Amino acid sequence: MCDTCGCNITPGNRHLLDAPAHGTAIDVLQGLLSANDRAAEHNRTHLNQHRVLAINLMSAPGAGKTSLLEATIDLLQAEFRIGVIEGDLETENDARRIRAKGVPAIQISTGSACHLDAHMVHHALHQLPLAKLDVVFIENVGNLVCPASFDLGHHRNVTLLSVTEGDDKPAKYPVMFRGTDMLLISKIDLLPVFDDFNPQQVQQHMRHLANNAPIMQIAVRHGAQIDPWLHWLREEYRQFQEGLIHGNSPRPRMQNTAATSPAEATPRYRQVSTHTALLPP
Amino acid sequence: MHELSLCQGLITQVQEIAAQHQARAVDCIHLQIGPLSGVVPELLQSAFSVARLHSIAEDASLIIDTCPVRVQCRQCGAQTDTTPNHLVCGSCGDWRTQLLSGDELLLLRVVLNTEQ
Repeated sequence: MCDTCGCNITPGNRHLLDAPAHGTAIDVLQGLLSANDRAAEHNRTHLNQHRVLAINLMSAPGAGKTSLLEATIDLLQAEFRIGVIEGDLETENDARRIRAKGVPAIQISTGSACHLDAHMVHHALHQLPLAKLDVVFIENVGNLVCPASFDLGHHRNVTLLSVTEGDDKPAKYPVMFRGTDMLLISKIDLLPVFDDFNPQQVQQHMRHLANNAPIMQIAVRHGAQIDPWLHWLREEYRQFQEGLIHGNSPRPRMQNTAATSPAEATPRYRQVSTHTALLPP
Repeated sequence: MHELSLCQGLITQVQEIAAQHQARAVDCIHLQIGPLSGVVPELLQSAFSVARLHSIAEDASLIIDTCPVRVQCRQCGAQTDTTPNHLVCGSCGDWRTQLLSGDELLLLRVVLNTEQ
């Protein structure tokens, strides 16, 4: 979000600018996550300088993020030099699983924090040999709520939804699924058992969030079925490298689009610079 | 759960503003939170009551405005209010919409006590 030009004034908040105030009122109009967003931009610049594509993997606990990474590493290690940042409340278990594949992995133990933020990822990036990597996967804390709110400086949001969770998760967690660039329906081999899960329904719920992100079905046990995912990754990597030549890098679909997108029908009302606009007494 | 870390960031933000204006105290903090921001206003209020302790905003009140979820249809152009998990056009029913308001997560204004 831009905090300086007044583009975060939306039809929902512009009336507040005209409200009377007592004391010395300071108009701020700054995102509550602006410190995180600044750190995220720093991370993204750092990644772009090293030409490293960063993917933020999010899901509920147990949807299969680490298993997907293991299968992906097995199948792509010859093509891409991969690094992994693992976020969990406790234990090094996931990082150990990844390191067993011969891939550098940094474990962030968040303690009680329910999400990764840009500062944590910044520290982890400095421990990874970025000059020797092509793709970094950031496995976020298993949680469908909080991780959706924090830009980490990555390029794409990938969300996993396993068939055991039910097909209405996008309707229940709209913030997470609205910000998804790619939705993977995982454990699709369990569909015969969980036959009330309808992949069409998932797509319908995603459209109701005005999100047309691709939806792919995958399974990683007993012979990985992840070809469409690998194809998507290769294509994202190719586009990423191509974009860098022209000075562009992809950004994840994030929240706060009401405040950032060029709203054709919404005139911008007033320029308010951070911290300085004093209201008349 | 991230409401507390958000509040701690808010206090830091407010402290910086208060210092810039040589304020003695912060009287009021005014936020705007949309239903699609991922933040629950009630939880933010509880977190604030903890985060403000021993800060310049210790006695500040926290006002949280919410705003409607409003979309504009990219097909028919209509602007309609809707719910967080149903961002389709209320007029023609098309899903290709743009969010106009509803995901705000903003510090709008602080009221400072600058009496010397």
